[in-house]
Amino acid sequence: MLADTSSAQVQDRGASARSTLRPLLSLRGVSKTFPGVKALSEVALDLYPGQVTALVGENGAGKSTIVKILTGIYQPDGGAISIDGEPVHFHDAHAASAAGVTAIHQETVLFDDLPVGENIFIGHEPRTRFGLIDRKKLRSQARALLQRVGADIDPDVRLRDLGIANKHMVAIARALSIEARVVIMDEPTAALSHKEITELYELVERLKADGKAILFISHKFDEIFRIADRYTVFRDGELVSDGLITDVSEDELVRMMVGRPVGQIFPKREVPLGEEILSVAGYCHPTEFEDIGFRLRQGEILGFYGLVGAGRSEFMQSLFGITRPSKGAIRIAGEVRVIRSPAEAIESGIVYVPEDRGKQGAVIGLPIFQNVTLPSLRRTSRRGFLQLAEEFKLTRDYTSRLDLRAASLDQDIGNLSGGNQQKVVIAKWLATQPRVIILDEPTKGIDIGSKAAVHEFMTELAARGLAVIMVSSELPEIMGMSDRVIVMRDGRIAGEFERSGISAEVLVRAAAGLGAGA
Amino acid sequence: MIQLLKSREAILAAAILVLIGLISTRYSDFAAPSNLINVFNDTSILIMLALGQMVVIVSRCIDLSVASNLALTGMVVATLNMMAPGVPVPVLLLIAVAFGAMLGAINGVLVWKLDLPPIVVTLGTLTIFRGLIFLISNGEWINAHEMTAGFKAFPRYDVFGLSLLSWLAIATIAAFFVLVTRTPLGRAFFAVGGNPHAAVYTGIDVGYTRCLAFIISGAVAGLCGYLWVARYAVAYVDIAGGFELEVVAACVIGGISIAGGIGSVGGAVLGALFLGIVKNALPVVDISPFWQLAISGAAIIIAVAFNARSERKKGRIILKQAERLA
Amino acid sequence: MSDQVLAGDPRAPDRNIPDRLTSPFQRHLRSWETLLLAVAVGIFIINALSSPYFLDPWNLSDATFNFTEKAMIAFAMALLIISGEIDLSVASIIALTSTAMGYLAQSGFGVPELVAAGLMVGMLCGAFNGFLVTGLGLPSIVATIGTMSLFRGISYIVLGDQAFRGYPAGFSFFGQGYVWWVFTFEFVLFAVLAIAYGILLHKTDFGRAVYAIGNNPLAARFSGVRVGRVKFILFLLTGLMAGIAAICLTSRLGSTRPSIAFGWELEIVTMVVLGGVSILGGSGTIPGVVIAAFVMGMVTFGFGLINVPGIVMSIFIGILLISVIALPRLWSNFRTRGKVV
Repeated sequence: MLADTSSAQVQDRGASARSTLRPLLSLRGVSKTFPGVKALSEVALDLYPGQVTALVGENGAGKSTIVKILTGIYQPDGGAISIDGEPVHFHDAHAASAAGVTAIHQETVLFDDLPVGENIFIGHEPRTRFGLIDRKKLRSQARALLQRVGADIDPDVRLRDLGIANKHMVAIARALSIEARVVIMDEPTAALSHKEITELYELVERLKADGKAILFISHKFDEIFRIADRYTVFRDGELVSDGLITDVSEDELVRMMVGRPVGQIFPKREVPLGEEILSVAGYCHPTEFEDIGFRLRQGEILGFYGLVGAGRSEFMQSLFGITRPSKGAIRIAGEVRVIRSPAEAIESGIVYVPEDRGKQGAVIGLPIFQNVTLPSLRRTSRRGFLQLAEEFKLTRDYTSRLDLRAASLDQDIGNLSGGNQQKVVIAKWLATQPRVIILDEPTKGIDIGSKAAVHEFMTELAARGLAVIMVSSELPEIMGMSDRVIVMRDGRIAGEFERSGISAEVLVRAAAGLGAGA
Repeated sequence: MIQLLKSREAILAAAILVLIGLISTRYSDFAAPSNLINVFNDTSILIMLALGQMVVIVSRCIDLSVASNLALTGMVVATLNMMAPGVPVPVLLLIAVAFGAMLGAINGVLVWKLDLPPIVVTLGTLTIFRGLIFLISNGEWINAHEMTAGFKAFPRYDVFGLSLLSWLAIATIAAFFVLVTRTPLGRAFFAVGGNPHAAVYTGIDVGYTRCLAFIISGAVAGLCGYLWVARYAVAYVDIAGGFELEVVAACVIGGISIAGGIGSVGGAVLGALFLGIVKNALPVVDISPFWQLAISGAAIIIAVAFNARSERKKGRIILKQAERLA
Repeated sequence: MSDQVLAGDPRAPDRNIPDRLTSPFQRHLRSWETLLLAVAVGIFIINALSSPYFLDPWNLSDATFNFTEKAMIAFAMALLIISGEIDLSVASIIALTSTAMGYLAQSGFGVPELVAAGLMVGMLCGAFNGFLVTGLGLPSIVATIGTMSLFRGISYIVLGDQAFRGYPAGFSFFGQGYVWWVFTFEFVLFAVLAIAYGILLHKTDFGRAVYAIGNNPLAARFSGVRVGRVKFILFLLTGLMAGIAAICLTSRLGSTRPSIAFGWELEIVTMVVLGGVSILGGSGTIPGVVIAAFVMGMVTFGFGLINVPGIVMSIFIGILLISVIALPRLWSNFRTRGKVV
């Protein structure tokens, strides 16, 4: 089971330094069990100085568990961790950071209300002779570290006032400040713009040159092949394979991840478009978007593409009544509607499946059936009084088709896996019998198998006459699924393209504001 | 943020100055140094308790047991003084701090080890501590003649024109300033309250840090317990009843966010001073002292509303960004 | 056409998920309420054994006074806490309401006007709290600490160290009258309100919305629940209950001082939490609160019979409050010892 990279090293095509190279950090036989779930079973992982190791796997493969073990948040049930060959025990987060292991998370976990300098040094502030924090030294060292990562940030500014990319820079400066030798990056580019991603790659190169061992977790294959030296694949909590990145192809990686070959084929079906169901004109918001207008027909899938922060979600939430537009009009099936709250949107037949499933979608703590019926209570209840039998019936009607896996319908939704939670959330919206369904990043953070299921499902919805709006930042998804694509940039529509006119280049240029043509 | 905090404190300081000005138009001697010294002395205990409460609130907890802690510790030292008049005051002072810290530790350990909601824990200890006073005293009062002269004189002792009570308050302010701005523990309070999840990742033990906040708050309450009993020369079950809410009010008026992570020593002190000035001014400007409660209530609501307004300007501004780039 | 979308497709793979795994009865057996009921029965037996006067129906009837008024407020407070908010101003609402009624009584108004004023003032106070929390978006714990001072403060401004007395003769019925045999008006009202709130929380859409908001206010809002409106109504109800309690209490005491019902807010919150309502919101039941009311009432009464002062009883209540929350956690800590979760 321990592939130990030896075979790979024999045929090393020289991407990096050599067979004398010893891992800086290695895990052997590490297991972790949670009540009812075996999260990791006897996995091994090696991280080499000056190299980037990409950790790939579907959701639930055990990636986040290993990050938590490496940073001392979880204690493994068995197995050994060693640094430079010496066994170590990370009994808490402090021990891990003292040993030089640090993590940079997808959404930076630092302190919004503290200044940048303190964020960098919290827990290991420079001290004066009297043991107090030396603020002058803290500021100057912070400035130096920020320069080292190539970020022009004032250490006195509050972290809240920075963008995500700059927050990452602060996190990396923090990693340098504790003289981390092992840097874990957990989907660091998930929320970054194109330019910011390029800058992050440069920084990764610099960290490599400094001899840091880097564990890079990502779902994006182009990125993995661009910056990683090695790969490790986990599946269902087990180590499947590891080796040099030059020894594998993208297809092989995917196959190892899912355990079966998966074609990137989108189940797009041509559907005869029906009546115009929704038209939006001149939608404006004082700070978030301006002059958004489009038409949508039954059976159509309209893609909204753009960079993160282009105002797509903000616009969709306004369409759904979460925020109010300052100007603009909506017609549904030709009828003018005013939507001031989600309740009114639902009444009008518009539903929104939010991006943040945990916070905005599922009501953790309530049973499955109560989640499903929450927006439809008016139909299942009689004069405001609950009718449980009706609720169970409605829930069964809509969840059975989605192949939900659960012990019972009155089980807490929090006990379901992410994919099954998403099914309950979608069932919840379908049960309202909508006419327009807005899906905001419907496949973000779900595994390849579930992705295909969601795409299949969207196709089916459209075929049955629903109008679908899909917000996505993934080009293949947008291109594979949409009948029409609207590109947004900086809160405005930057272009609208029919299916026939879509190409990756056109969309990316529109989203980045580069104009048409070379 | 620092600018914002500073400005928030500046606004509060300005409001206090305006208040003093207004009072002076009705009673010109109010702003006289000797009177202001009196006001400060009167507010000293509230200031100290507010500072202790501040570190608790900043760590996203709340300590409702401070007033009961104060009363219980006060009764304990008063009883000790009555039973053993020979014990010198500095020793009693230490005992008061240690005893208060121990009571605080009870809260802290329950919050830390059992992960209980602080509001429930301190609601419980609030009633328990009060009840214990009754058990110790059998419901009897300890009156002035049962206390030694030294015991009663200590807080009033005059040093350079200020009472020792005032000096203790000043020392507490200085100590908290250093604690909050210059020690890792002080910064940890803010980290734990601002983002407990991130605090774990940066190697800070959230529960332990909160426990320390409760111990500090308890120690301050214990110290104030002695000071209160000595100053008013009486100890009984109900002293400082309901005072915990005044302490929380001082913090809230001082701009300390009940959601944790935001607050400052200056804010807590100014919040307490505001309440102290109102309390002292009412009798001299011929307003019935019965107005005090309503005024502090209104002040809390205004302060919270004001803080909420300034917190709200968050959302992403996408269009502006576009204009800047264009 | 979309009406039939995907509903009940007969060709769907037949993976039958049962509605429930455990019957409601089994569930109740293992619930917090059952445990609490056992505690209540235990206290009842101890009381009965330790004092010969305990089992006298008239004594028991008298004993209900020390929880009925608080429990009325506790019902509304339970809903409020389940929804993730809290109202610490309830005792002050009693003071203000009672003051308003006293003022009107002095001016010669009759019983119907006093009752109407009591309900009105209570609701206005609740509406003001609701406005602060849902309108201005203030955290309820601090907003209601503010109104707690404000409402009682107004009482002090009006009354100072005086008291209103001289309520009209008929007014005494609410706090002192009997409906039938040993059953007081207050106790009957308590029972009616318990049933009403039980139905509201457990059997209606509104109650479901309360739970949804308490568990995840954002997702509830995204699901079309009118979060602000529900919370506003809850504050309004809490104010109304405080108004009703004020009528009963004022009628029972026959006088109004500004210190009336001082400290009740904490006792009411204790009652709610003891009843199994999570202080963090999202869970809890009305039957639990009802049993908790009886437990607290019987403890007070029992201690009173054996001449233990009320303040010592508070130690017991405080320990009870902490231990009922701590014990389940201690137990689960014990079971998962050595594992970090």
